[in-house]
Amino acid sequence: MNSLTRETRESDRVQAEQFITPPASVTEIGDGYVLEIEMPGVKKDGLEISVENNELTLIGRRSLSAVEGTLLHRESRPENFRRAFEIDPSIAADKIGAKIDQGLVTLTLPKAEHVKPRKITVC
Amino acid sequence: MNLIRYQAPDLAPWPALDRWSNLRDELNSFFDMPFWSSFSRTSQLFTGWSPALDLYESGDHLVAVVELPGMRKEDIEISLHDGTLTISGERKRENTNGETAQRTERHVGTFRRSITLPTRVDASKVSATYQDGILKVTLPKAEEAKPKQIQVS
Repeated sequence: MNSLTRETRESDRVQAEQFITPPASVTEIGDGYVLEIEMPGVKKDGLEISVENNELTLIGRRSLSAVEGTLLHRESRPENFRRAFEIDPSIAADKIGAKIDQGLVTLTLPKAEHVKPRKITVC
Repeated sequence: MNLIRYQAPDLAPWPALDRWSNLRDELNSFFDMPFWSSFSRTSQLFTGWSPALDLYESGDHLVAVVELPGMRKEDIEISLHDGTLTISGERKRENTNGETAQRTERHVGTFRRSITLPTRVDASKVSATYQDGILKVTLPKAEEAKPKQIQVS
């Protein structure tokens, strides 16, 4: 059972690949947004982040070390993760930062300079 | 659901053994069904949150694999009592000064997940690792629960 799912995961049939939608949280902080997405079992090299036509796509491929033995009970899903967001035009797409720590992806999306509130000093 | 399949007598030289393996396969496929996972996920609505847990068994140990993304090691507690493994802890909400939540799907707060183990384990030798948001608890079986081969002398 285990080896069967692993084979489909590694195949090149991207179209047929099934993904699950991981839970995400979006928080607005001062001059940007923080996006947190749960991807347990995904390492840094398994994470793919792309921005295209204002759409931010995250794909997390799990590299789970196989556990020896018979599976007695299962609640986890074998599929990889995929989540896409439409990003606001006010976000500086070239300044998006990302990190992954203990299966939690944290993206920082700063607002572009031109939309930040600024003070104009009268001279 | 039919738990025990009908067996043709001429195909089963060891009917007792065969029946057990069928039963086990049936149970496995039951747990493999998506229904089961969605069912256990819905229970989160009533009990705070409860992480997904997988349980494996091999000759001399049991392994519990729990999805706990974004935790700190110190915030995870593992306990064993009367053959029930309990994993609990708290995901702390980070300070929220000057922040506005736009969308909140992640669970915060305390969680608790228990599972009754199918065999006795040696509580003193339980070990756990936490990597990439996955907690793996290895529970060596108690001596009397290990499969044994008895030599005829």
